[in-house]
Amino acid sequence: MRQISMRELYEILKQIFPLGELTEQRSNLAFITVDRAQLRPLLLHLRDREGFTHLVLLTAVDWIEDGSFQLTYLLCDRLGQRDLGLRVMLPRDGAAMESIHDLWPTAATYQRELREMFGIAFPESPRVEEDFILEGWTGTPPYRRDFDTLKYSNETFAPRPGRETRDPEGYMKEQLYPDGN
Amino acid sequence: MRDELKKRVVKTPDGQELEIEPLRDYYCEAPPTVMPAAYSKIVEGLFNWARAESLWILGFGTGCGAIEMRPLMTPRFDAYRYGIQWRPTPRQANLFVISGYLSVKTLKRVIRSYEQMQNPKYVVGLGSCTINGGMYFDSYNTITRLDEYLPVDVYIAGCMPRPEALLSGFEELKRIIKSGKAEGANRYAENFDWYKANQKRVIQDWDMPDYNW
Repeated sequence: MRQISMRELYEILKQIFPLGELTEQRSNLAFITVDRAQLRPLLLHLRDREGFTHLVLLTAVDWIEDGSFQLTYLLCDRLGQRDLGLRVMLPRDGAAMESIHDLWPTAATYQRELREMFGIAFPESPRVEEDFILEGWTGTPPYRRDFDTLKYSNETFAPRPGRETRDPEGYMKEQLYPDGN
Repeated sequence: MRDELKKRVVKTPDGQELEIEPLRDYYCEAPPTVMPAAYSKIVEGLFNWARAESLWILGFGTGCGAIEMRPLMTPRFDAYRYGIQWRPTPRQANLFVISGYLSVKTLKRVIRSYEQMQNPKYVVGLGSCTINGGMYFDSYNTITRLDEYLPVDVYIAGCMPRPEALLSGFEELKRIIKSGKAEGANRYAENFDWYKANQKRVIQDWDMPDYNW
């Protein structure tokens, strides 16, 4: 049986759900941008009808210039050996998303991590308010791009004076060709 | 603070009611004290010689540098011929090798382990990360300077230092111990408040007693 391509799968899905654009990375890896409201029915459809039974990961990207977070739900079709990512854009202010832990229990762990590292709320997710990696963190979530790690590190960890940082290219040039040739 | 650490009343299986306070019940309440040297210089020299020749490392890999411990203890580099061996518990060890980067979360466990070790005890900082943060100098969760939190006797630079560098560092530590200058545990006891203040500044959820050894 010939497997349908990602483009064909996209056309089939598009007849059922309103979808955003399709990005084909490889023949077996593609991404679809979807609306937040479409995510759950689409995930259910992909899991139960199209064979994308495995949630590979759930991660976020901080598009601070656009004022939005991008959530990526990467699904795997084990038998078809292909992956499909769903991208959902969220407003950055007061970011919150519906939990999908009832579709894949592993999602609860990813959501806990996203809550801690990006500050995205997942209200119904189990144990989401517990510390995941950081212990007792109260400030800006560290994976947000408006969190300045160097500034935080310098303020918190008492850096040892005398550390010099050089531009490797310029420094090597200076060392190897001191007369500037 | 976690629920299981709070003061509470528990019921035993035979119906007795007990009031427990884990942070007070399980730990010592006295700060560490300075250990005076032996009464005579010759005896102290003998003690230091014995200490230097039996460095027992706590088998706690705190960072990526722990990977250098395996070649060090296996036949190629064979640190055991120098009287160095690895022990599974803090009570049996007297040398703590902070192997590489130290995250704040691990620092908390390191402090607990260090305070449980018996005097005299030594700390070796392995790799650039313990000296000035190394490649993690701008990280939000790794400390940049180990000697703010624990008294360090020897630093071994490198990223990562090879087992030869570690052996050389241990030889240096032996020299320091034999000359009677490895007084890290006493420094820790003398400046206990300063160390505690530094530790508490970075560890946000301090849920252990100040003296837990």
